[in-house]
Amino acid sequence: MTQIVVLPVLLPLLGAGLCLVFGRSASAQRLISVLVLGTVVVTAATLLVRADRYGPQSVSIGGWGPDIGISLVADRLSALMLLVSTFVTLCVLLYSFGQGIVEYGRETPLSVFHPTFLVLSAGVSNAFLSADLFNLFVGFEVLLAASYVLITLGGTEARIRAGTIYVIVSLISSTIFLIALACVYAATGTVNFAELAVRVGDLPPGVAQMLQLLLLTTFCIKAAVFPLSAWLPDSYPTAPAPVTAVFAGLLTKVGIYAIVRTQTLLFPGDNLRGLLLWASILTMVIGILGAVAQSDVKRILSFTLVSHIGFMLFGIAYATQLGLSGAIFYIAHHITVQTVLFLIAGLIEYRTGTTNLSRLGGLARSAPVLSVLFFVPAMNLAGIPPFSGFLGKVALGQAGIAAGDWLAITAVAASILTSLLTLYAIAKVWNRAFWQPVDPDAEHDDDDEWSHGPLHGHQQVSTGTQVMTMWEKVATTQRIPLAMGLPTVLLVAFSVALTVFAGPLFEITDRAGAELLQRTPYIEAVLGDRP
Amino acid sequence: MSTNVVLVVAIVVLVACGTTLVLERSLTRILVGFVMLGNGVNLVFLVASGPAGRAPIIGTGDEPMTDPLPQAMVLTAIVITLGVTAFGLALAYRAWQLTGHDDVQDDVEDDLVIRRADLDRPSASFDDVTAGMPDEEGEDEQSASGDNTGTDAADRIAAERGEA
Repeated sequence: MTQIVVLPVLLPLLGAGLCLVFGRSASAQRLISVLVLGTVVVTAATLLVRADRYGPQSVSIGGWGPDIGISLVADRLSALMLLVSTFVTLCVLLYSFGQGIVEYGRETPLSVFHPTFLVLSAGVSNAFLSADLFNLFVGFEVLLAASYVLITLGGTEARIRAGTIYVIVSLISSTIFLIALACVYAATGTVNFAELAVRVGDLPPGVAQMLQLLLLTTFCIKAAVFPLSAWLPDSYPTAPAPVTAVFAGLLTKVGIYAIVRTQTLLFPGDNLRGLLLWASILTMVIGILGAVAQSDVKRILSFTLVSHIGFMLFGIAYATQLGLSGAIFYIAHHITVQTVLFLIAGLIEYRTGTTNLSRLGGLARSAPVLSVLFFVPAMNLAGIPPFSGFLGKVALGQAGIAAGDWLAITAVAASILTSLLTLYAIAKVWNRAFWQPVDPDAEHDDDDEWSHGPLHGHQQVSTGTQVMTMWEKVATTQRIPLAMGLPTVLLVAFSVALTVFAGPLFEITDRAGAELLQRTPYIEAVLGDRP
Repeated sequence: MSTNVVLVVAIVVLVACGTTLVLERSLTRILVGFVMLGNGVNLVFLVASGPAGRAPIIGTGDEPMTDPLPQAMVLTAIVITLGVTAFGLALAYRAWQLTGHDDVQDDVEDDLVIRRADLDRPSASFDDVTAGMPDEEGEDEQSASGDNTGTDAADRIAAERGEA
């Protein structure tokens, strides 16, 4: 039964191959993608139940021992991340069917989207399940290679511009990761997490700290932690809505997951507590100040994404069960909410042709359902009770107060400030796009800063691609097809379900936090497998 | 453990040249830099694998064999570098098709700041001379004309405000 651990990695890869074979038939591609991701969701749910009941599920691929072979392990943390991420990926895939004709129509070949999307999913699953550092690197590379293709989909000027920056930043982080891997191997002679957990303790403290900092730098670039976050708000908004949504939901969280895994398993204790807390405070505050300054829905959401990464880091920094549990809960909550908000930004763009707040207005009257769909996850993101965002923030706040020193209290204060500013940024979107009537002079008046002459490589600031500019001319009110609406409703319902079932979920994250701090279940699950 | 000095020197040269190239503006140079950087890092793995021995095939002799694991890792890394470099070259070609150059451009926020500065004439922090300077990315004509439209826009806004 533990053999199913390999399915979330293998199935999407096989599915991607099949999708390429059926590259000419859109319906065959869709059927394969849905079947594959549906099976992976079921597998992930099974893994979570089994990991929660029987401890970490481990498989050594090909029967090679953990010292030279590749192992995949699903403990509570991995399985929970896997379940949430694959479910969200499935919803985004369904959403992309509805949008398919618009964004992947004549200009872009339909055949690459589905295979790449499945490869992305395989990469994410591999990163979550990997039990060794090198396989984690491979997982990262697989998902990054897929993301390069997805972010430049269609090859329009804006996407090439944004994609170039994204590719270069990712290449640099991958190079640092490789250097870290070589150093880890030179120091310990292994890259397996469980063996490293045993051996890193024997290293001189200076060497161990250098390895820790190298790995942390890599993962912080991927997770977009402040000073290493500047690439994210610039590159995400230009991609098609489903791509941005799945990137926002998953890619940064894979980085956060890697930080959790290495910080708890390889480098236990809180020797970098001060550094991580300061990084989280700065990420939260500076990220949200960026969101406040923006006037485009997608860019505001990108900045809130960066800012809320700080919350997760803040839970990790304490290295207590309470903090880790809060952080894991927050990751699950944030994957869902951030993805659904980007999907809704896509719906707004589809309906009105723009996401620029200066041109939007009156949506509450003209699109009441869309308004409700936006309102629920938006309030959830801001952390209004009783939503899961509030519960996650309370848990993190409790962990901070329990830690009790002045830096922890500062971090709690910064997190409250960030929540308020998030509410401000979200309320700005709500007021200007939904409540305020459309300003008849908006076209001439509001965006005088950028209405004349294109920014280089940019038709308009609002993530404009040629497609979008065309839409504006053709239609300003476009009815949203059910195929795009339903997956969004499903995800909003899922985010509400996270609130309703917060109690059981917190029990799981509590046990996951305890398991991470104990370390022995994971180590035994991997090394006990040795033939 | 004795380390092979030639390897270390090669790593230093490759990584130093690679880093310098990655700091360039042109995507093609960045890619060349990345390939050098990647090769330098691959050599780090050879240093990490310890002293060289006989070929790592079981049953071919008694002397200590070379550690095969880093070599497997290097192979994987080489394949990844190959794929990503191919993608990067395609990206550079597409950028050249669209814009006539493959320079990495400023991010949107930088552009907006420059535009705001253009509009914001009375601001003391704004230095006209530097904003009029051609920037590094061959956008000279555009930034020159941008300057003009900036002035027009400022006038226009002033006029509109006066009417209001």
